[in-house]
Amino acid sequence: MSTTEQPVLLKKDYKSDQDIRWCPGCGDYAILNAVINAFTKLQKKLHETVIVSGIGCSSRFPYYMETYGFHTIHGRAPAVATGVKVSNPALDVWVVTGDGDAMSIGGNHFIHTMRRNVGLKILMFNNRIYGLTKGQYSPTSEQGKVTKSSPMGSVDYPFSPIALALGAGATFVGRSVDIFLSHLEELVCKASAHTGTALCEIYQNCNIFNDGAYKTVTEKDTREERVLQLEHGKPLLFGADKGKGIAFDASFQPYIVTGADLGKAFIWDETAETPAPAMALATMSESEFPVPIGVFRRRDKPNFESGVQAQVAAAKAKKQTTLHELLHQGEIWEVK
Amino acid sequence: MQNAPNSPAAVKPIKDIDQVVIRFAGDSGDGMQLTGDQFTRTTALMGNDIATFPDFPAEIRAPAGTLPGVSAFQLRFSSFDIHTPGDSPDVLVAMNPAALKAHIQELSKDGVLILNTGSFSALDLKKAKYEKDPRTDGTLSGWRVIEVDLAARTKEALATSTLDARGKERCKNMYALGILYWMFHRDMEPTIKSIQQKFAKKGDIVEANLMAMKAGYLYAEVTEVFQTAYRVAPAKLKPGTYRNIMGNQALCLGLVAAGQQSGLQMFLGSYPITPASDILHQLSTYKNLNVVTFQAEDEIAAVCSAIGASYSGSIGLTSTSGPGLALKAEAIGLAVMAELPLVVINVQRAGPSTGMPTKTQQADLLQAMHGRNGESPVAILAPSTPGDAFECGFEAVRIALQFMTPVIVLSDGYIANGSEPWLLPDIEQLPKIGVKFAPEQTSGEKFMPYARDQKTLARVWAKPGTKGLTHRIGGLEKADLTGNISYEPANHQHMVDTRAKKIANIADAVGEATTFGPDSGDILVLGWGSTRGAITSAVLQMQEQGHKVSACFLRWLNPLPRNLGNLLKQYKRVILPELNKGQLCSMIRAKYLVDVDSYSKVDGQPFKSQEVLDYLNNAMTRLKGGK
Ligand code: SF4
Repeated sequence: MSTTEQPVLLKKDYKSDQDIRWCPGCGDYAILNAVINAFTKLQKKLHETVIVSGIGCSSRFPYYMETYGFHTIHGRAPAVATGVKVSNPALDVWVVTGDGDAMSIGGNHFIHTMRRNVGLKILMFNNRIYGLTKGQYSPTSEQGKVTKSSPMGSVDYPFSPIALALGAGATFVGRSVDIFLSHLEELVCKASAHTGTALCEIYQNCNIFNDGAYKTVTEKDTREERVLQLEHGKPLLFGADKGKGIAFDASFQPYIVTGADLGKAFIWDETAETPAPAMALATMSESEFPVPIGVFRRRDKPNFESGVQAQVAAAKAKKQTTLHELLHQGEIWEVK
Repeated sequence: MQNAPNSPAAVKPIKDIDQVVIRFAGDSGDGMQLTGDQFTRTTALMGNDIATFPDFPAEIRAPAGTLPGVSAFQLRFSSFDIHTPGDSPDVLVAMNPAALKAHIQELSKDGVLILNTGSFSALDLKKAKYEKDPRTDGTLSGWRVIEVDLAARTKEALATSTLDARGKERCKNMYALGILYWMFHRDMEPTIKSIQQKFAKKGDIVEANLMAMKAGYLYAEVTEVFQTAYRVAPAKLKPGTYRNIMGNQALCLGLVAAGQQSGLQMFLGSYPITPASDILHQLSTYKNLNVVTFQAEDEIAAVCSAIGASYSGSIGLTSTSGPGLALKAEAIGLAVMAELPLVVINVQRAGPSTGMPTKTQQADLLQAMHGRNGESPVAILAPSTPGDAFECGFEAVRIALQFMTPVIVLSDGYIANGSEPWLLPDIEQLPKIGVKFAPEQTSGEKFMPYARDQKTLARVWAKPGTKGLTHRIGGLEKADLTGNISYEPANHQHMVDTRAKKIANIADAVGEATTFGPDSGDILVLGWGSTRGAITSAVLQMQEQGHKVSACFLRWLNPLPRNLGNLLKQYKRVILPELNKGQLCSMIRAKYLVDVDSYSKVDGQPFKSQEVLDYLNNAMTRLKGGK
């Protein structure tokens, strides 16, 4: 066997030859960029990488990457990807989805993927709107949102995808924002290193139907106040000069600490066994508290596909059956 | 202790007969399926031809003693070749008034009724909605009634057993089985072995069951009520090795055989549903044969995971019943578009909606044909007997791989749970299934995922993990060759036509239709799926009466055999019995413009051969009546 050096892959090698058809200014471009940066950094092998998507603007993603890609049907990408991964665990399988695709029509597959801890990396672009169908409210749209299908404001309460994932037993849950290029790239790298299901919720601006949904998070002058960066082993601090902190009371209710109390700020442990602090952060009021980004949870747990394939291997090791033996099992008799 | 049951004290006369139909009927908790199963295994081992029909309620345990709780098992065995489990039983074993009420009308004239009088309290009668005791009001006149208090007799027989009263009571089915074993001169050995195996760790249960069976045997032997034992000589079956098989089992074996012949991993994504769950159960025990099973969160995830597995180079399978097929529709369309191999097993049951989960029907044919958006053709085939399910499972995989297409297998509840002696296939004769994945490409040349085999029109199969073949596919319309997204009108027309042509081409790979009987004549009976047995019996009888009647059984429903159109025109009438409102009939009429006569039945029960025979006789009379 020759051991020829693998050529170094450049960013352009990860881009396919297809014209990108997202609206100019769409946050998806920035995400594509960050993912390509991460893949280049990790030198992912094109032929061992599979990107599976559902339906929606975000789900066009695989067409723009020079890897294997499967653009499937609405909401079902995690189910298709589970089949890909379980059948060949050697593949590096990514799912690209959106808040409509994963939270609404695909909610069931989403939670069960987390529950099983299938080794899939899920990038969920959350723009809090249905883009491809031209602007209806989604399960993450704020209550009262006026859209084409909710002219008087939506009555639905939204939920937090992070809280949902935590509730479903997810072993890796993180959040970043489309234009936080290096933060997002780093999150994608961390997700890539995780062996179980890794969910990355990515706040994405849909400049056509929900422009400015994350404005206070992304604008320079409000960012410091509005963003809480989760850093493993460090206190939960935010605001100008990190002058504010988040602490929890005995029942895990968050409250803001400042000044002399800053020392009470909670020391973040993304590997904590209890999901309670992560859940508290995922569900705290957006108007009263800053928006956490970074890794909410990261726990090691054997993944689904290795469990499945281990059973197959054990069964093969225990007993080899030929087709002949299989057919002749049970009570058989001869007719002369 | 009394004499051993098979002591030479058996001095009662033995009468030779050529066939018997027995039906065991009782409460769901009475173990009727197990009893029928034991009788079947024994009888198969004794060399008779046999066919079975389990008929049980959907509820796991409906209230005891009520009509909805009645569970039955019919079997027919013979010294000649048979095709159905029989129309009406010669012997009915009724364990309680509800079982009696539900089944007595079916018992043939002069039939024998073995009645468990241990369950005939006023309350039992009330639960079965009998106003008067049927034993005394003339209801049962015309049948030979043998009353046995099974509960009391079993209790008596098990005096020394350590089981509690409830446990003893539960052995009464074995007492009944013992009686029947004596009546039909059956060997108790196979059951002794089987019970010992089944309850290997529960010695008291084994002992009680066997004691009850032997006591029943002895009771029949020594009491006056049973005067004659009957003997059914072994049938002259084709030489070879046999085993008794149910349709679901045979189908699994066929699938796995194809998997082995192709050398690929199989992946079953499935969600539990009656009457298909046994396929998931069975395949989950074949891990050592390279089968991976995945119990998905729902029907859609089940099929999607199978598609994902096929995409990555395994054989994707999914098993379900009608309601599940409806849920899988969109995903099957994706497999049509992505042109990936996929085998979808639909064990049909009576619909619509939840319908009657444990009752049989063939009413998903048009759903399989057309139940997807857009022009979305798939290959469809249907097994016609439990044993035939093996070949259909094998063929489904072979065609799915060869043509890169979804294939739907339309089994049904009757085949799934019915059983028959099955001549084991010669493994050496099974074709190898050659699979060619697209080879690694290092030239840097662009890979064409939609390049096709010129003969079959199947596209290439490129496994992720292969260098140089990275490509994107999906549900959006594909440009020919490149697989890129295309909304180009001429391309769409071309791709729709190509996908249709590819399915049509399967006809060349599966052979032509053949007839059973002369290839022209008065009546051709066209059949598909599980109606084969009843049609065969009826057509045989018509032929014996000298009528020019033939039968043709279609395994492939899409595409239909190339010669079918011409074949239909060789008969004055074409009659098509099917367990739906005429679905294949409408397909055949539309395609061949032949005036097919639909004989439809949708009561959740299979055709009786007598029903088909009557229909054919009437048709023949009309035909000869000058038209
Ligand atoms: S509709 Fe919104 S999400 Fe979709 S491509 Fe346009 S900007 Fe992006």
